[in-house]
Amino acid sequence: MTGEERVLLAARPDLAAIARWIETGARVLDLGCGDGALLKYLWEMRQAPGYGVEIDDAHVLECVRNDVNVLQLDLESGLSVFRDGSFDCVILSETLQAIHHTEALMREMLRVGREAIVSFPNFGHWQARLQVALGRMPVSKELPYQWYDTPNVHLCTVDDFEDFCRRLGVRVLERLVLHDGRAVNFLPNLLGSLAVFRLGRAAR
Amino acid sequence: MNAPHDPGSVGAAVARKATFAEPLQLKSGAVLPQFEIAYETYGELNAARSNAVLVCHALNASHHVAGTYAGQPDNIGWWDNLVGPGKPLDTRKFFVVGNNYIGSCFGSTGPASLNPATGRPWGADFPVVTVEDWVAAQARLADDLGIERFAAAIGGSLGAMQALQWTLSFPDRIRHSIVIAATPRLSAQNIAFNEVARQAIMTDPDFHGGHYYDHGVVPRRGLRIARMIGHITYLSDDAMMEKFGRALRNKSGPGFDFDVDFEIESYLRHQGDKFASYFDANTYLRITKALDYYDPAAAYGGDLAAALARAKAAFLVVSFTSDWRFASSRSRDIVKALLENRGIVSYLEIAAPHGHDAFLMEDPRYHGALRAYFGNIEL
Repeated sequence: MTGEERVLLAARPDLAAIARWIETGARVLDLGCGDGALLKYLWEMRQAPGYGVEIDDAHVLECVRNDVNVLQLDLESGLSVFRDGSFDCVILSETLQAIHHTEALMREMLRVGREAIVSFPNFGHWQARLQVALGRMPVSKELPYQWYDTPNVHLCTVDDFEDFCRRLGVRVLERLVLHDGRAVNFLPNLLGSLAVFRLGRAAR
Repeated sequence: MNAPHDPGSVGAAVARKATFAEPLQLKSGAVLPQFEIAYETYGELNAARSNAVLVCHALNASHHVAGTYAGQPDNIGWWDNLVGPGKPLDTRKFFVVGNNYIGSCFGSTGPASLNPATGRPWGADFPVVTVEDWVAAQARLADDLGIERFAAAIGGSLGAMQALQWTLSFPDRIRHSIVIAATPRLSAQNIAFNEVARQAIMTDPDFHGGHYYDHGVVPRRGLRIARMIGHITYLSDDAMMEKFGRALRNKSGPGFDFDVDFEIESYLRHQGDKFASYFDANTYLRITKALDYYDPAAAYGGDLAAALARAKAAFLVVSFTSDWRFASSRSRDIVKALLENRGIVSYLEIAAPHGHDAFLMEDPRYHGALRAYFGNIEL
């Protein structure tokens, strides 16, 4: 691992988990791909070719600089440019909470991808619960915004998300809950601040 | 006295002509027995001949892409904000080739050129040329310049169609295609605007069935109106409102006559007059036909993905949200077709206010992306 990769993975521990779940040569689609760091990493470490989707001008420019395929599209209007089953894995890392049409996007992800990986800040983490109990909206490393400037509209807990998957008929293939970059196996919905799910289409 | 030298300019450019004695078979079935292509180059072709970039122009531009001409400091190339030392398409790295397509009126063989069979201007007898024909002619130019494979082809609007067609006509001769403000085919509305423009020209009493050179006249009225119509489609409603609003021209109130009242009228008349003074009507007719006919998917039952399957180039597709002539959705059609072929493609949808003409502007997001993209092209 190069120093650059260590920095990336230290800054975004969910990306390390995501990278581990991507098979060599897998075709990936990274929704809300930011500066394209994950795609670049997956290409270099897993020879996994992919595309990123990003709406923000500055991020799109960084992607072009990073020489990753980036498509400037609005996730909220769906993934209509992508054909059914055209990806092995569709990634939505720390973007779920900012999506308005959450259910529609989840369906779209598993239409165009065989599998999906979703990571999000766990609103059930004890610090968030404590701040709410003390009468304040939670602010933390994972949720760094004030209530008035947050882009987040759909925050949820690990348990909420599992219910959501059940309701959509989405299979949870793997789950990893993290805090400070370490896996949390005991009371994950209370002690984990970041959740990463690997999802598949429902068995028929 | 010389103007102070602009370090970002390629300086004084030299227009050249390449002559081709071998006939060119055209898509229509007609044959152009011989032809010339006017071109300019900027920068140096490297030893490996791997750094050439072809710039394709749209409707009324030419091979004069960048810099000026000696003694004509105001005659600045049409894409000078993009091409030059230190500019996004950096002539210190790339050998940039500007060319004028055949059928044009700026130096390449066109309707105003002499027909070798008659010794008189071709006029109405000049064949209808297509985007595919232009690309075939450009390939001859590339041969002439010793360029086996372009690092990239770039163009906006009709120029973008050429950059796209290069990947289909010569998939092994182009590594990157930069397709800006494009459409893979014109809509019925696009064709309709073109037809109004053509009718304006052809119904001008000075048109003489296209043989107006023999009569010593030009169908100026038709050309003016054609250009006015065109201009309306190049700008967005917002850009036009922003630039002109309802401002009156040298008046404090309406004139209650049919003289110019509004600034926009004055602008369109000025653009029409200017255009009619230098542009050839027969060329205008042919270019609009080339636009109308371009449809690479047609041979594949309308399946654009099948049409683009043979492309091997990496693509950068750029659209502008305020462009209603070739809307972003048309560029997304190209992107979708490339994705279905699992091609290398990036797509930028830039929220620029200027409409179709945004591709000529210096938006930092747009030019920043082009700079980054060209910067990453390995030679």
